[in-house]
Amino acid sequence: MNDILLEARNIGKRFGGVQALKDVSLTIRSGEIYGLIGPNGAGKTTLFNVFTGLYARDSGEVQFAGKALDLGSPHAVAAAGIARTFQNIRLFANMTALENVMVGRHVRTRAGVFSAILRTRAERAEEAGIRHRAEELLHYVGIADHANDLARQLSYGDQRRLEIARALATEPRLLALDEPVAGMNATETTALRSLIEGLRRDGLTVLLIEHDVKLVMGLCDRVAVLDYGEKIAEDVPEAVRANPIVIEAYLGASTA
Amino acid sequence: MKTHRERAGLALVALALIALPFVLAMAGTAWVRITNFAVLFALLSLGLNIVVGFAGLLDLGYVAFYAVGAYVYALLASPHFGLHLPFWVILPIGATVACVAGVILGAPTLRLRGDYLAIVTLGFGEIVRIFMNNLSSPVNLTNGPKGINRIDPFQIGPLNFSASDTFGALVFSGPIKYYYFLLLVLLAVIVINRRLQDSRIGRAWVAIREDEIAAKASGINTRNIKLLAFAMGASFGGIAGGMFAAIQGFVSPESFILNESIMVLAMVVLGGMGNIWGVIAGAVLLSFVPELLRYTVEPAQMALFGKLLIDPEVLRMLVFGLALVLTMRFRPAGLWPETRHRREMSEGRT
Repeated sequence: MNDILLEARNIGKRFGGVQALKDVSLTIRSGEIYGLIGPNGAGKTTLFNVFTGLYARDSGEVQFAGKALDLGSPHAVAAAGIARTFQNIRLFANMTALENVMVGRHVRTRAGVFSAILRTRAERAEEAGIRHRAEELLHYVGIADHANDLARQLSYGDQRRLEIARALATEPRLLALDEPVAGMNATETTALRSLIEGLRRDGLTVLLIEHDVKLVMGLCDRVAVLDYGEKIAEDVPEAVRANPIVIEAYLGASTA
Repeated sequence: MKTHRERAGLALVALALIALPFVLAMAGTAWVRITNFAVLFALLSLGLNIVVGFAGLLDLGYVAFYAVGAYVYALLASPHFGLHLPFWVILPIGATVACVAGVILGAPTLRLRGDYLAIVTLGFGEIVRIFMNNLSSPVNLTNGPKGINRIDPFQIGPLNFSASDTFGALVFSGPIKYYYFLLLVLLAVIVINRRLQDSRIGRAWVAIREDEIAAKASGINTRNIKLLAFAMGASFGGIAGGMFAAIQGFVSPESFILNESIMVLAMVVLGGMGNIWGVIAGAVLLSFVPELLRYTVEPAQMALFGKLLIDPEVLRMLVFGLALVLTMRFRPAGLWPETRHRREMSEGRT
């Protein structure tokens, strides 16, 4: 439970004159739900994009599962075992829900052009496996009924679930969720919360960016707080909540 | 599983396709030639469909690969270098050279999308054409604007594709033989396309088209998969080009102008990007309609007004253009769009 899964050291990222991340170091332990909070513009999503290879970092490094993580390309990060969802849902809109999840299997399967053209026995077996796993995952996140609906036709909440299913299809060890309950009503939030708790029960490590403080405090094992690109706290939720620096920076001094 | 009705339908279509050239030959061999070009364009459209339809990469220079295939054939089977290799050796070489050209075009454009990619590919198409035009000195490689003449026709054993053979009452003219060969190639390309579309690679192409960043984050090596799309599309273009050279017996840079790229793109878009059958329908329609107009515009004017009021060529392009505009206005996703088809297929399989 206490093995370190991801260790980031001194991550720095600058956009022109803005220092978006300044020497951010953090450790995520295997099997925990790790929350990342902070005011708008604090650098949470930027850090996410660095961890998943979408942004090139300016400095620092990341150890993942005991090895240096190649942050140069997103597909290498996915292959290493980090999957993510996006704050503003990014699905393959004109593919069916099932196909969306099947795409997630890409990184764990091998069939190339020639075996696809020849429909070799191995290719057909692999395809059947991809389809089967995708169906299982749709069932797991609770949208099996919509397998053949186009992604863009799904409800907002179901799209969030589909994105999680697609991410799970890559067989991640760390699932990074960028504001998964943004825009959801109370019922949908509760349902997604139990989905995330289920993920932890099944042994997955979750990195969670969230604005919903109640959700973060209730769900996360540990929480880090970013402010102006710097980590100002990293602790269990109760300690973070009581931390005067956090109260001043994030919750606002007067409301404390 | 196919039902009996579907099987019967397929058998009927096959019979019709086999009988077609003899029916057309009654109206004149010209119509068989027109049909051959329609099939050739269907091949090109299916190739371009991989790049534009599946992977969503707008390519305005596709004719370059057609040109590469045609010139490879011309150089290896004509008196120009005195080489006369058989077609079954040359076509794979042409496909390979075109494939390499596809990767050469693809590699520097990987970060580009949409309009920017279109401009670069347009430039690439022009570069290839200008090369063909000017590679006549100091070493005469392409014979410049004069083009390469007396290209060998296909030869299978005693069957020469430029001469007629008679079997009983049936006369197999050269174009009819090419027709059957083209049909076989088209069939193979359709099978390849369908299998790719339903494969891990095909899904990756569509994923890139739908959302490249999400595709990356889902573990797709977008660089390799895009290059693969360019390479596959280019190979089909190269094969089509080789057959074009053999059918024509002559190639020159003039055959590979931007207009041709635009025409093939129009076929893909009009038919329904991403859908194999739609793309073929687009190619057949856009090949036949101008020819039909060519034969009807003049007689129609003579019958109506007793004289020629508008030059047939002008009117033909006007009607053609109008038809295109109207189609895109009322069926913006093409005559036979992709989504429904894909859904039907996945429903049929689960």
